Amino acid sequence: MSGILVLAETRRGELRPVTLELVTAALALKDAAGGRVVLAVVGDEPAALVGALAAPGVDEILTVAAPTPHFEAHGAQQALEALIEAERPDLVLLGHTIDSMGFGPAVAARLGLGFASDVTRVSWDGGPIATRGAYGGKLVAELEFPDRERTLLMLRAGAYDPAEVGGAAPATRAVDVAFEAPPTEHVEFREVAAGDVDITKADFLVSIGRGIEDKDNIAQFEDLAEKLGATLSASRPLVDAGWMSNARQVGQSGKTVQPKVYLALGISGAVQHLAGMQKADTIIAVNTDPDAPIFGVAHYGAVADLFDVAEALEQHFA
Amino acid sequence: MKIVVAVKAVAALDEEVELVDGDTAVDPDGLEWDLNEWDTFSLEEALNLRDAAGDGEVVAVTVGDEEAQDSLLACLAKGADRGVRVWDDALAGADPLAVARVVAAAIEREQPDLVLCGVQSSDAVNGATGVAIAAHLGLPHVAVVKGLQHDAGVATVERELEGGLVEVLRVRLPALLTIQTGINEPRYATLRAIKQARDKPLDELDLGDLDLDEATVSAAAGARVRRLRHPEKGEGAQMLDGSPAEVAARIADIVKERLSG
Repeated sequence: MSGILVLAETRRGELRPVTLELVTAALALKDAAGGRVVLAVVGDEPAALVGALAAPGVDEILTVAAPTPHFEAHGAQQALEALIEAERPDLVLLGHTIDSMGFGPAVAARLGLGFASDVTRVSWDGGPIATRGAYGGKLVAELEFPDRERTLLMLRAGAYDPAEVGGAAPATRAVDVAFEAPPTEHVEFREVAAGDVDITKADFLVSIGRGIEDKDNIAQFEDLAEKLGATLSASRPLVDAGWMSNARQVGQSGKTVQPKVYLALGISGAVQHLAGMQKADTIIAVNTDPDAPIFGVAHYGAVADLFDVAEALEQHFA
Repeated sequence: MKIVVAVKAVAALDEEVELVDGDTAVDPDGLEWDLNEWDTFSLEEALNLRDAAGDGEVVAVTVGDEEAQDSLLACLAKGADRGVRVWDDALAGADPLAVARVVAAAIEREQPDLVLCGVQSSDAVNGATGVAIAAHLGLPHVAVVKGLQHDAGVATVERELEGGLVEVLRVRLPALLTIQTGINEPRYATLRAIKQARDKPLDELDLGDLDLDEATVSAAAGARVRRLRHPEKGEGAQMLDGSPAEVAARIADIVKERLSG
């Protein structure tokens, strides 16, 4: 085929939401790329997921029975390599997710594919053009893939809206892959973010980052949050440092939140953080760095000292 | 136990950055270099594993020009035993797959028991180089590791998934792991160690030393920069100006209005 191959992502038997976002991206390019859109799902019971993948415009769904009950990076790598060699797509789309980071770059390196990760937009100009951040998100790069027969792109979760599912299911075909014994062995899944607070339920989050500088300053922001009737959350560095609990972490590896108001104090806005909060109704950011990427997603921003602003802010909620 | 840590000197932009080469690159005068934050954690993990094993060697490997030398010296000052810096002008602007090809060739000479990389670099944020290195070396690999225990040639690792979920899995060594921030507390080098770092072995290699050439490296590259640009203005935030008190007053108004709606 020429066309686009989308690899579905599953976890513990369920489809992950990024999959239908990839379908949206693929369907938007379908005419320009001039081929079919084929969706592949690898899992221990892949046929059970076909209904959840039946988006109008998808031409075919391929199912691959995996040798392990849970995602295994080397098995996923073998499955994708076999699919690419059999289907010969122009473009392969994966999510820029933790699972795909474990095998997508390996497939691209082994097969000599054009490659880009954390892609936020794909367009077509004789071949795929990928847009992504550069220099910590302070610049935007457009990448091209000259002289590549095939290109593998890993798209950031949330970059596209999910495709609608419904109507007649497209043709489905089971593909056999000769898997080798995996070099890793699953032991267990463990929840680490459980705690006494559920930041995903809060209407108003006051969220703090590196800018608070010192563990001793946390109490001041706990007080601020309480006075404002808000829940306190944090970006990753404060959790890594052990200053805040996992339960309060916003971002890719923490919680995805969508409060009415997200007040970010001293958070520069690494992409993993933005992934967890960019859908908040109103985002207000205070940071001393005028180029901080958080201002790219914020609705309101102020370049100011967060301690001064915090102190003044308290007085409006006495 | 012999461990290779692949590290990167990352570039931070000055406020006034100039685009050059037809807007496909940044003027190097506008860059400041530092050891990638993720690599401070992977190095720390390697040093702890070496010290727990009681013997062995930690080798820090990087691809970079002279701007990367200080970052490599920082690794030696923190406790790495040896450094390897690979550079060739053909590597300017190399993408993660091209870099992975070169790093893999440098690691192949070392035959380590374990290779550690950071999950990603703070400037390019590809999250790709480590696993691509593993592919070239034919090593088992686990990405985004936030817990690591080693016992008799088997590593038990915690893979950090989205939304606060962790997968515990076992992988036999030799293997390559990409290390997430927060797995440990990276040490600071003492002034004495910083001085002594200059006396530690540091090999400087070019492509020829690794039996590579420009054609092989450019064939391994996955992408080419078509254009760099500044993020579009106007997409960003409405900025609140004034004194901290004025900013706070505006924020208070916005918060009260949005929460009442």
